Amino acid sequence: MAAVPAHLSACEAVPWRRVRRQRRVADRLMRVLCVAFTAVGVFALGWILAMLAWEGVHALSPRIFTEATPGPGSEGGGLANAIVGSLVLTFLGIAIATPIGVMAGTYLAEYGKASRLATTIRFVNDALLSAPSILIGLFVYTVMVQPMGSYSGWAGAVALAIIATPVIVRTTEDMLRLVPSTLREAGAALGAPPAIVIRSITWRAARAGMVTGIVLALARIAGETAPLLFTALNNSSWFNANLLGGVSNLPVTIFQFALSPYPNWQQLAWAGALLITVAILALSVSARLLLRRRTTR
Amino acid sequence: MTPLAAMAEPGAARGKTDAPVRIACRDLNFHYGASRALKDITLDFYDRQVTALIGPSGCGKSTLLRCFNRIYSLYPEQRATGEIILDGRNILSPSVDVNELRSRVGMVFQKPTPFPMSIYDNVAFGLRLYERLPRSELDGRVEAALRRAALWDEVKDKLKEPGTGLSGGQQQRLCIARAIAQRPEVILLDEPTSALDPISTGKIEELIDELRAEFTIVIVTHSMQQAARISQYTAFMYLGELVEFGPTSRIFMNPREKRTHDYVTGRFG
Repeated sequence: MAAVPAHLSACEAVPWRRVRRQRRVADRLMRVLCVAFTAVGVFALGWILAMLAWEGVHALSPRIFTEATPGPGSEGGGLANAIVGSLVLTFLGIAIATPIGVMAGTYLAEYGKASRLATTIRFVNDALLSAPSILIGLFVYTVMVQPMGSYSGWAGAVALAIIATPVIVRTTEDMLRLVPSTLREAGAALGAPPAIVIRSITWRAARAGMVTGIVLALARIAGETAPLLFTALNNSSWFNANLLGGVSNLPVTIFQFALSPYPNWQQLAWAGALLITVAILALSVSARLLLRRRTTR
Repeated sequence: MTPLAAMAEPGAARGKTDAPVRIACRDLNFHYGASRALKDITLDFYDRQVTALIGPSGCGKSTLLRCFNRIYSLYPEQRATGEIILDGRNILSPSVDVNELRSRVGMVFQKPTPFPMSIYDNVAFGLRLYERLPRSELDGRVEAALRRAALWDEVKDKLKEPGTGLSGGQQQRLCIARAIAQRPEVILLDEPTSALDPISTGKIEELIDELRAEFTIVIVTHSMQQAARISQYTAFMYLGELVEFGPTSRIFMNPREKRTHDYVTGRFG
């Protein structure tokens, strides 16, 4: 090593080295803490998933998809009615929420912009986005279940729609705002009125993102339990097309069966939990794929 | 190439015409909220001539261009006062239907703006807005516009493919095809080549010179060479004012104003 010039080695006195060591220690400590807490989080998540997979896979069998939920004390049984009910409620909820959410999001991004009304709607929407879902269940119970005199599939679908709508409003607005304003100007410059610019240019440009938002909302409501507890509740018959009565669904079934003393019910709860988790995971992954395809193109 | 050397080219030399006035601008003022971007602009644009608007950034040349199709009215805080007479009507008057106006005054932007649809649908977009054409006639109009924009040979086998898949220069010619398909009277070009490579720029410039036979063209450009090459008239603007207007050759060879002289000789800007 070359000799250090005298005026430089003078600078390298004791205080400088001590600061350096302190910083190194602080840096290491920070890193250890970050890694440790990440590990705790990942471990907890991994544990949940591993247990779910273990118990769920053992409880899975073809009966799950072919037999209805068993009565108390009876043997065997499946989840067919709950699976069908969940599908019906979730898609009905999305079918109600999508037009409302897309139109409201379009209003915010294209018409309302920074107006007072739009700002208010945005604020209310954000509040609704984080509203506890049990509150929404109670609300629908009060306005639909009580007046109609019974739990119903419609009430369940409406409760799910109320949860999905703010998600769709938000993603629709965000995605439309990403569309460059030059594209709108180019449409307007050809003499297209705003409605046509929105319908055939802006929506089209933001399509992948908007669909992703709807898929994410679908994933969000697929596992909701609390709002269904007060609305759709349950129904033990095999296939119930009557949405005016209670409709069985996976989350509520899991909730009830997991708390029951019957081993076959507990097994079914595990199987249902696994099914729901896999379904939500698949939805999330497909949403990500959709977005990635959009960004690479 | 210096602007003076470009003068030798034939396109720029045809300065003097007795063409009728197509657009007449009278005491035009423009405001972005509280700030005034154009100050009492009075200027004539001649029929089937290319007029270049030049000047340093922020001088108001794009703002002026955006008045001729009232595209600024998409933004509520922007407003223009004064008169812009097109075919005997003041297009700034509230009684003018902006959508009809825009179907008569086409515009091409700085960055290519292909719509997220097929090449065919991009060109047909404007046609479907105002005309109910049978399929065969629509096909014919789309082809004619693409030919006119010197793009047909490159895209004729992939009309169903997305317009966004074309190269930048092709996208810009697609946008020109889309504008001329509507058969407008005036075409506004807002720095149409500033995002393109030299070869694409050359193609677009040739195209502009050809389109002059049918359309009145107003082009905003940052490149003085480009103004010299393709325009018959040039307006030099500075800080929201029109400093000087005249035949392109005179503006570049023999400017009357010192500010114009300093700008075209590259002393500022």
